[in-house]
Amino acid sequence: MNHRLVQNIAFHMLRARLKQTIIAAVGVTFGIAMFISLVSFMNGMNDLLDGLMLNRTPHIRLYNEIKPVESQPVILSEEYKNNINFISSIKPKDRGKAIYNSQTIIDVLKKDKRVLDVAPKVVTPVFFHSGTIEISGVINGIAIAAEESLFKFSDYIREGKITDLEQNNSIIIGAGLATKMMLSVGDVIKITTPKGNLASLKIVGISQIGIAEIDDVMSTTSISTAQKLLGEATNYMTDIQLKLHDIEMAPQMAKEFRSKFELDAIDYQTANAQFETGTRIRTIISYSVGVVLLIVAGFGIYNILNMLIYEKMDSIAILKATGFSGSDVKWIFLLLSLIIGVTGGVFGLFFGFIFSRIIDVIPFVTASLPTVKTYPMNYNPIFYVIGITFAIVTTLVAGLFPALKASKVDPVEIIRGK
Amino acid sequence: MSNKVLETIGLTKYFYEPSKFKVLDNISMSIDHGEFVSVVGKSGCGKSTLLYLLSTMDTDYEGKILIHEEDVTGKKDVDLARIRNENIGFVFQFHYLLSEYNALKNVMLPGLKLGKLSEEELEHQAMEYLKTLGMHDQALKRPRQLSGGQKQRVAIARALINNPLIIMGDEPTGNLDKKNSDMVFDIFKQLAQEHNQTILVVTHDVEFASKTNRIITMEDGMIIS
Repeated sequence: MNHRLVQNIAFHMLRARLKQTIIAAVGVTFGIAMFISLVSFMNGMNDLLDGLMLNRTPHIRLYNEIKPVESQPVILSEEYKNNINFISSIKPKDRGKAIYNSQTIIDVLKKDKRVLDVAPKVVTPVFFHSGTIEISGVINGIAIAAEESLFKFSDYIREGKITDLEQNNSIIIGAGLATKMMLSVGDVIKITTPKGNLASLKIVGISQIGIAEIDDVMSTTSISTAQKLLGEATNYMTDIQLKLHDIEMAPQMAKEFRSKFELDAIDYQTANAQFETGTRIRTIISYSVGVVLLIVAGFGIYNILNMLIYEKMDSIAILKATGFSGSDVKWIFLLLSLIIGVTGGVFGLFFGFIFSRIIDVIPFVTASLPTVKTYPMNYNPIFYVIGITFAIVTTLVAGLFPALKASKVDPVEIIRGK
Repeated sequence: MSNKVLETIGLTKYFYEPSKFKVLDNISMSIDHGEFVSVVGKSGCGKSTLLYLLSTMDTDYEGKILIHEEDVTGKKDVDLARIRNENIGFVFQFHYLLSEYNALKNVMLPGLKLGKLSEEELEHQAMEYLKTLGMHDQALKRPRQLSGGQKQRVAIARALINNPLIIMGDEPTGNLDKKNSDMVFDIFKQLAQEHNQTILVVTHDVEFASKTNRIITMEDGMIIS
């Protein structure tokens, strides 16, 4: 088969029908552009919302829960070993919130190849004093560097810097708390711990997560300050938060750590089950809209090629009479649709990118994300690869039927009919 | 090597629409190299049908067709296309030039498909043919800028480009006035005489036929003389 000649003929036929060709290509361009901007936007949104959750929830959290002891004394009794024992009015046992042997656990976790990073944390309820009123709240004592790398905490700080927490007795309070108590950066806040210790902390920042219930009670300090407040030693911690290389491993590893360290462990998937569903649905919606747009464009190409074939019956007949085979003719028309598909597709990628840039600068102000000012976009190159593949596949499929029809044209019928 | 360019053995063809009808009845004939043959007969006698069978474009028949001693019956579409490309030049009643290309490129197309010569050589050769037909100054014009006679001359040049064994014409003068018909005939005559080109023309133009070397007369699907 003479490729160059087939290309040349296809190209000339397109040039003779430039207007229709452009319209067909614009259909593809529009489909791809919409697909790209839609998927980029949806994924940007997904990333943002995922981030919202991921930045608040570790992949795995190890902690001590207050709950009844699992092995009650009666189980140890030889006498009742074979009986079914009912025990009523069991009271939960407070084993203390502290994680025992925390330093060893952290060392072991840090050596684990599946673990990306480990961040210890001290969480304690406190009372904030504002004049004569007491407001209950929570203090998170964090390991500043680890917390920042795991949860990008600085994204949620409205005023001040996370590094300010390195000063002794400093605190970042939630936005709701700050409004309620009319506090601002530089003020001093008085707190009481559950054990009755009184302390004064200097406000170095205001944080805003975006969920009012949390912003109304949460405040953050360094782990050492928190340990001092509680009068505990430097190995005292209530939570160990883990980030993994592969989030899919979380449920399995949570189970493993639960038995290994005799701690409670909760994984990301369990903590955010409903959230995953939302992400998946958004992805499905964006892909299906994109595919529908392309199918519509495909019908456009199909129509135009069909028309072109009726118009070019004479040309097909003479090409066949002078020695072009059915498959040559088929390739001419496949090539026609491929040219439309590739040109339309490439322009589609280009416009998709432009649209993405435009959406990217549209203001998007939300209380939940103080650092986000415009709509989020995800410029993952894989969307562009999928886009152009879709374009080529759709146009090829749309071109296939007209091309097969053209290849089966009987030249005798055309020539005799004249 | 035999001198036969084209031979048919017991060629029979039916039309099935609207009802089964025998168009060609057991036709056996042959055409020798260098002959200028015309096929005449009334409308519906099967002369065009015979031509399309001989052209290998219509493959639905019984019997045998041999082109240059080679049996082409039952060959594949691709092979038949190659045989047509190499051995047969067509001139139809309608010119069938591609409107996207200029006259020169139209002439070159079958040659480009054959791919034996480079593009430059082909262009030169096409120009030569156009020159012999007095069309070289129109070579770069599009078909729609040419007159009927001019278009037919371009079509003849296209039929010649691959130096075919045989030129087949289906009413090549059917659409032309007297002057142009005569010119086309003269071209054919010249080709037959000077270049020893084999030509087979189906026509109902008795005057045209009478000037050819050999006349095949058909009636009701049979050759009667």
